[in-house]
Amino acid sequence: MLTKRIIACLDVKNSRTVKGVNFESLKDMGDPVEQALFYSQAKADELVFLDISATNERRKTLSTLVNSIAKAINIPFTVGGGISSVDDVRTLLESGADKISVNTAAVNNPKLISELAKEFGSQCIVVAIDAKRDEGEWFVYLNGGQIPTKLKVKDWLKQAEKLGAGEILLTSIDTDGTRNGFAIELTHMASTLLNIPVIASGGAGTFDHFKDVFKSGKADAALAAGIFHERTVDIPQLKNYLKEQSINVRL
Amino acid sequence: MEVAIIKYNGGNTRSVLYSLERLGITAIVTNDAEQIRKADKVIFPGVGEAGSAMQFLKQHSLDVMIQSLAQPFLGICLGMQLMCKSSEESNTNCLGIFDVPVIRFRGEKVPHMGWNTVSNRSHSVLLKNITDPYFYFVHSFYAPVVNDTAATTFYGSTFSSILQKANFYGVQFHPEKSSDAGSTLIQNFLNL
Repeated sequence: MLTKRIIACLDVKNSRTVKGVNFESLKDMGDPVEQALFYSQAKADELVFLDISATNERRKTLSTLVNSIAKAINIPFTVGGGISSVDDVRTLLESGADKISVNTAAVNNPKLISELAKEFGSQCIVVAIDAKRDEGEWFVYLNGGQIPTKLKVKDWLKQAEKLGAGEILLTSIDTDGTRNGFAIELTHMASTLLNIPVIASGGAGTFDHFKDVFKSGKADAALAAGIFHERTVDIPQLKNYLKEQSINVRL
Repeated sequence: MEVAIIKYNGGNTRSVLYSLERLGITAIVTNDAEQIRKADKVIFPGVGEAGSAMQFLKQHSLDVMIQSLAQPFLGICLGMQLMCKSSEESNTNCLGIFDVPVIRFRGEKVPHMGWNTVSNRSHSVLLKNITDPYFYFVHSFYAPVVNDTAATTFYGSTFSSILQKANFYGVQFHPEKSSDAGSTLIQNFLNL
């Protein structure tokens, strides 16, 4: 049987893993390649690297890093952050990324999804969506959750699937960083609405949060960052717990 | 040992190349018939679309050449599907090494994406020494179970995850992305 996936997410800037401490400063968290190896050995099922650097040299540096990661690890990984063109994607896939994720650029230019799917196949195109609830309705936010739009998440989900997205990475801004649990309703809505896999993101704090997002949220995969980096949640222990709760995972 | 990775437009050659490097093997990536013919082992990777991939193989006369090879040959994902008789993807006639049509998943989320288990049906040598047979899959089409099926996987229905006939081996999953189990499988293939 297909297992539920546990995904560790790493923010990278200028080829280092970073963590936001406040709006201004970023704490250096080490070498992404070493961390990738750590997580692959800890039986993470996939990794996601989000590039948050923004210099002109960005693409070249990122593709070098992606290449080092591809040489080091033998599990799939996705690269995202600021990707806006077919050429960006080609560079990253040729450097060894298995999938790429698009977010703001796809909302601004939905055709990008179909162009990417046609060129590289849907299987490697992840559409990342940042969602926030306003008076009972979930809306799409852009630029890392800073810019609101009038686009309803449910409409964008359907459109993204139709355009050729192979997978959805759905982050709830409301729960992100709270460690109070994933947005179960949002995840459930997306997972039952679509016929492609949905990765739930934002809010993981405990083993039970993962259980809930798989059982009640119907997520195909669950992503977390801080709790894994700080070793608050140990991936092998988490997977053993999920197995005890009759959730099928790779041990 | 000389290992050739067939280069074509459906290739995910780099990941395969790196997985071999981690096992201490420097493979060549080529679509030159002579180089492929004289290699000890041939790997036929694949990520892409069946119709355009077959068209490329025909244009470069690689279709007939592949069918005539006698050394151990491993098709991965789309590579495995192209070794079958046909594919529902773009209604493509394929290489016909395995006598099975490849069809699309229905009634389940597509693609079948993630880690799934593989059940050894006929003591496949590829699964030797693998105690936790979880492998990483990403595909929308599959080969049903037939005589050449060496291992099966369940997703909505039971399908062929390893096909095997004489020197030809095909795996639906990505051993190059399947952690230690995948490395062992590739090593088993190299040991043939």
